[in-house]
Amino acid sequence: MLKDEDRIFKNLYNDYGWDIDSAVKRNDWFETKNIISKGRNWIIDEIKKSELRGRGGAGFPTGLKFSFAPKEVGSRPHYLVINADESEPGTCKDRDIIRFEPQKLIEGCLISSYAVNAHTCYIYIRGEYYREGERLQKSITEAYKKNFLGKNACGSGWDLDIYIHYGAGAYICGEETALLESLEGKKGLPRLKPPFPALVGLYGCPTIVNNVETISVIPTILRRGAKWFSSLGKPKNTGTKIFCISGNVNNPCNVEEEMGIPLKDLIEKHAGGVIGGWKNLQAVIPGGSSMPLLPKSICETITMDFDSLIKEKSGLGTAGIVVINKDQDIIKCMARIARFYKHESCGQCTPCREGSGWMWRMLKRMEEGEATYKEIDLLHDVTKQIEGHTICAFGEGSAWPVQGLLRHFRKEIEKRCHEEPLVKKKNEIPYLIDQHLLEKDNA
Amino acid sequence: MPKITINNNEIEFEEGMTVLQACELAGVEIPRFCYHERLSIAGNCRMCLVQLEKSAKPIASCAMPATEGMNVKTNTSFVDKARKGVMEFLLANHPLDCPVCDQGGECDLQDQSLFYGVHNTRYTEKKRQVKEKHMGPLIKTQMTRCIHCTRCIRFATEVAGIPELGAIGRGEDTQITTYLEKSMESELSANVIDLCPVGALTSKPYAFEARPWDLKKTESIDVMDAVGSNIRIDTYGWEVKRILPRVNEDINEEWISDKTRYACDGLAKQRLDTPYIRTNGKLEKASWKEALNLLVKKIKLYKPDEVAGLVGELADLEMIYSFKTFFENCIGSNNFECRQDKIYINPNERKNYIFNSSINGIEESDFILLIGTNPRLEATILNARIRKAYSKNKIKIYSIGDPGDLTYPYENIGNDTTTIKEIIAGNHEIYKKIIKSKKPMFIIGESALHELGGKYIFESLKKFLHEKNFINKDWNALNILTQQASRVGALDLGCYSINEKENFSFFNKLNDEKFKFIYLLGSDNFKFEKKNKFIVYQGSHGDKGAEIADIILPGASYTEKNGLFINLEGKMQKAYKASYPPGDSREDWVIFKDLSKLMNKPFGFNDSKQLRELIKKDLLKKTHKTINENFNIDFVDTNILIKKIDYYHTNPICRASKVMNECKQISKNFLFSGIEKAS
Repeated sequence: MLKDEDRIFKNLYNDYGWDIDSAVKRNDWFETKNIISKGRNWIIDEIKKSELRGRGGAGFPTGLKFSFAPKEVGSRPHYLVINADESEPGTCKDRDIIRFEPQKLIEGCLISSYAVNAHTCYIYIRGEYYREGERLQKSITEAYKKNFLGKNACGSGWDLDIYIHYGAGAYICGEETALLESLEGKKGLPRLKPPFPALVGLYGCPTIVNNVETISVIPTILRRGAKWFSSLGKPKNTGTKIFCISGNVNNPCNVEEEMGIPLKDLIEKHAGGVIGGWKNLQAVIPGGSSMPLLPKSICETITMDFDSLIKEKSGLGTAGIVVINKDQDIIKCMARIARFYKHESCGQCTPCREGSGWMWRMLKRMEEGEATYKEIDLLHDVTKQIEGHTICAFGEGSAWPVQGLLRHFRKEIEKRCHEEPLVKKKNEIPYLIDQHLLEKDNA
Repeated sequence: MPKITINNNEIEFEEGMTVLQACELAGVEIPRFCYHERLSIAGNCRMCLVQLEKSAKPIASCAMPATEGMNVKTNTSFVDKARKGVMEFLLANHPLDCPVCDQGGECDLQDQSLFYGVHNTRYTEKKRQVKEKHMGPLIKTQMTRCIHCTRCIRFATEVAGIPELGAIGRGEDTQITTYLEKSMESELSANVIDLCPVGALTSKPYAFEARPWDLKKTESIDVMDAVGSNIRIDTYGWEVKRILPRVNEDINEEWISDKTRYACDGLAKQRLDTPYIRTNGKLEKASWKEALNLLVKKIKLYKPDEVAGLVGELADLEMIYSFKTFFENCIGSNNFECRQDKIYINPNERKNYIFNSSINGIEESDFILLIGTNPRLEATILNARIRKAYSKNKIKIYSIGDPGDLTYPYENIGNDTTTIKEIIAGNHEIYKKIIKSKKPMFIIGESALHELGGKYIFESLKKFLHEKNFINKDWNALNILTQQASRVGALDLGCYSINEKENFSFFNKLNDEKFKFIYLLGSDNFKFEKKNKFIVYQGSHGDKGAEIADIILPGASYTEKNGLFINLEGKMQKAYKASYPPGDSREDWVIFKDLSKLMNKPFGFNDSKQLRELIKKDLLKKTHKTINENFNIDFVDTNILIKKIDYYHTNPICRASKVMNECKQISKNFLFSGIEKAS
């Protein structure tokens, strides 16, 4: 359990106001000049010591990522890009940060831009967050007025300009290289890596891309010290995280908690428990829909941090916890998730483009009980053929949930399958395209 | 040279190569769909996956740069499973069209699925369908077959320079289209048919005509323009079915223009297949004996001074040489000319009329000045090279005269000869840029060499380049862009009547009606009227020349004879015979041999081999100076207007071709009648 004085985001529920004056009262923008004057190397070292891992899903050590930026600025300027394209189903933490704690993000931008030698920062926010973007723009304007941004920001001698760019409703633009392509004005198709964005990024210049939450916690870490941050959580999974608990719980909410908190505590204490009681739990998706689900047996004892979840063949991702109880049809849930991935695939590389649709159609047939036993193994093969063969991590994102379902709920699926019929009757299932246009209640 | 280990063999590779290129050096074949040597890297088909020692996931070899000490494996079961997986996905939504698809037999997907794919399909869902797109009269699209390799998009954007193709939609619903449902504008558009690895983009005029294993393939040279692109003629029996490009790094790389590719259906129409004699104003069929006898009789009626000959656009060296020998030895006249309108030529040295920097040299150049030329329509492949040089090196291109959209940005610095005067005097602002550049190119087109200003423009620019030492043994900046395939060959063989005083003596005599007997050797773009001259036309198609002719002798077209052609750079290339001329037509030099026998002055050669030996000797001999080089170059103030070229109708073969007519209609936005629109 996190103690109140260790909490970083004190205004997550807008109890104290989001404007800049309330933020300053909460110690945002407190002596930022001193932090910057301690120098780049100190900042990056502190972040490395704090063992902060990226909060956008991959969990890559942030200090290491910052150190990838070239030490000297060459002929091309450096950029910092903030990934506020929060399209992962189940995740809504960045929304609250942008709505209620924008000054933390802005201060984090300034410090991180100084650390990577960037004078321009772009915040890519998803197009659906229009009101949140407006509020963020208001906060940025307030920060400019108080000279916290712009020329000689905070009196530190570093110039910084922040611009907001809206997305247009594509999940794939949350992937860092697709985000850079979309920012440049092209179609949001992921690029091949190598070369990595730290060397060739936005407009071919060295760019560091980070999630909103990662950047927002940096000022507090530097103010209170890396030792304090690494004392929270577990070794190599340090600090606090905002968990977004949704699904079949009595009180869906966002809560900031220590890393390594047991899942049961999180659901029972903060979210009011599963609807129907803990015994009614069927499965939990721990980190946004891209992560494989965990059945009830594992949920009894699992702790929420990167490494423990990887051991259980899942992942923490963005910590968007979706709770599924026994009243739900788990195969129907997974089929709906597969339909999301088929719809959001960018279509550039072959395995994801063809495979995501194939997986969805097979799962749909399994849900309706029209699949055969052989198709379960075929589905597993298909996921293995997509995983690792794609340009970006979307392939894994679409294949892992299906693998999770097959790993833990195979018996459920087998109950609904049947043997290959001797006389094959004509398949009257209509060709499934964009189902949501046909289903009026889901439109 | 760094080293890399591929399948336990260590090989050396050049810096900057990708793993796929290194594997090709090692002789290991890697299947691929989206990778093409002349286009940018896309990396989206995922067929080229190989195993790298240190990584758990396979890597795309077409995109990964090869570094020292890599250990690459391409023959393990891991790689095999990856390839089979990707192939299974590609075939999942691919329609079962092989029996009706034109690409069958030369399809990349068929070949690679045979060697690297699965044997049975496990996909039991319904496959997606995509509506057909309209891309013009040349490209037939069946977009259901598309595997989204994006080669066509990259070609249209990078090589052709007109970004007409793009992908709309996302995921499974991605479709490649021009979106505006109009035909592709670029003159290189039909090359996407060669690039497309599946049958999504195929050739519309060639649809359902033949299977590739039935066709006989002949390597030859194209004559639609002076570039001399290397082509491969595919014939079924004696009919030319289609023309495909051959790789020639120096001239056309791997591309040919639309005109080259599709004018071949004009080879079957409007053909002259028997000799004709005009009696009482009407053309009547005659036999060879009658026609040749009449010809000889008529020649003997006139003095040698009144007999003239004009060489057309598609003539090969054998034809021109035998024509010239016939005129000189049998008739005794030297009134022959290869230019069809008044263009200034200085025939003293070879480098006065060829493209000296060579097409390869365009890529090394750092400054290009176009003078009175529209390379996009006059020599499309050359334009593609200039565009390639621009994309790679960002060179500065300037133009005197306004050629319109050239697919690369250029600056128009003037439209008349005063600009040239300023450049030579050193007053113009680009003078400094010319002096600073190491390998500039001045490309002079035929529109700049017209009778009024031609002499001034050419001679003064040549003098300027000599003075600034841009004509030296490493580099020659003076380039003339000829438009006809026969021009350079005819000039090399001396087929012009230029004397000391007059460059256009032939044309002046023609205008003064001094010629009473004109022999047209496949020339249809002449500019004179018949009046009461006696005209003999020898050619392959019934066009303007045949209309006014009194005797018509049918000859062979470029696919029906073994010919030698010299392209605008001065390179000699051999064209081989792919089929036989129709009806009674004969090869042209044979006609001249028979004529020479009838005039009792038989030629010295008996077969084509001896003819070629004589031609070689003729080309090697020293040319004596026709024009005295000591003259004052007087300034002539005139405009440089680039003549509008009817791109699809430049020579008789194009004019007889249905496909070229369709292209012309579309390019000029003519109104369609109801019949054409329905097809």
